[in-house]
Amino acid sequence: MNWFYFSSPSTFYGLAGRLAPWCFVSAAVLAAWGLYLGLLVAPTDAQQGEVYRVIFIHVPTAWMSMFLYFIMACYCGLTLVFNTRLSAMMARAIAPTGAMFTFVALWTGSFWGRPTWGTYWVWDARLTSELVLLFLYFGYIALANAFEDPRRGDRAAALLALIGVVNLPIIYFSVQWWNTLHQGSSVNFKGTSMHVTMLTGMLVMSFAAWMYAIGAALVRVRSIILERERRTQWVRELKAA
Amino acid sequence: MYWSSWSDFRAMGGHAFFVWMSYGALLLAVVVEMLLLRARRKRALAAIEEERDLETEN
Repeated sequence: MNWFYFSSPSTFYGLAGRLAPWCFVSAAVLAAWGLYLGLLVAPTDAQQGEVYRVIFIHVPTAWMSMFLYFIMACYCGLTLVFNTRLSAMMARAIAPTGAMFTFVALWTGSFWGRPTWGTYWVWDARLTSELVLLFLYFGYIALANAFEDPRRGDRAAALLALIGVVNLPIIYFSVQWWNTLHQGSSVNFKGTSMHVTMLTGMLVMSFAAWMYAIGAALVRVRSIILERERRTQWVRELKAA
Repeated sequence: MYWSSWSDFRAMGGHAFFVWMSYGALLLAVVVEMLLLRARRKRALAAIEEERDLETEN
C-alpha cells in the first residue's frame, strides 16, 4: 500500500468529497441524540439549576477548540519539516472551524457564568488563556493570508501556530495551577464525578462536534485545493468532465 | 423525559435567556460557517471557469 497516495491534493480532493457528507450526517444524528439527552432527559443539577445545561455545548466546544488547535499544529509541523502541500492546506482548513468553536466556548461560558458566578467575564487564567487561543487562531489565519506567495504564508503561519502550542497546556492545567474562578474538570483521565446521563450527553455532543469539524475541514480543504491548483491540468479536466 | 410541559422546557427554570442565548449562538455559528463554506466553494469554481475562459481566448 502506498501511504502517500492520498497526500497528493488531487487524490485527496476526491476522498474528501466522498467522506464529508458522511461526517455531516453522523454529526447531525449524534447532535440530535446528544441534545435529546442533554435538554430533555438529563436531570437538573442540584447546585446550578437548569442553566447547567449549557455545559452540553460548552464543554464539547471547549474541548474541540483545543483538539483542533493541536491537530492544526501537527499539520503545521509536517509543513515545516517535509514542506508538504496538503498538510499546509489542511492546517488552513481547520483554523476557521477551530476559531468558531473557541468563540462558542467563550460565549457559552460567559452566558453560563453570568447566572452562576454573577459575571459575564473575569480575567481568570482559564478564560484568559482561552481568549488567547482565539487570538492565536485569528493570528494564524491573518498571517497565512498575508503573503503574495501562499507557500510563504503557509510556513510563516505554521511557525506561529507551533509557538502557540505552549498555550494548550496552560489552558488545560490553568484550573490546577492557579486558584481561579473557573471550576476544575469533572471529567479527567482518572474518571468522572458526573451523573451518567449528563456524561453520556456530553460525550455524544463531543463526538458530534468532532464529526462536524472533520466535515467542515474537508469541505474547506476542497475549496483551498481548487483555489491553489486552478491552473493545473487535473483541475481543468475535473471541471470539464 | 425530565420536563412536565413545553413552557416548562422553554423557561429552563428561570434561566431561559442564558440557556437559549448559548444554544442559539452555537446554532448561528454553525449555520454561518456552512454558508461561508458554500460561498467559498462557489467562488473557487467560478475562478476555475474564469481561468478556462482566459485560456480559450488566447
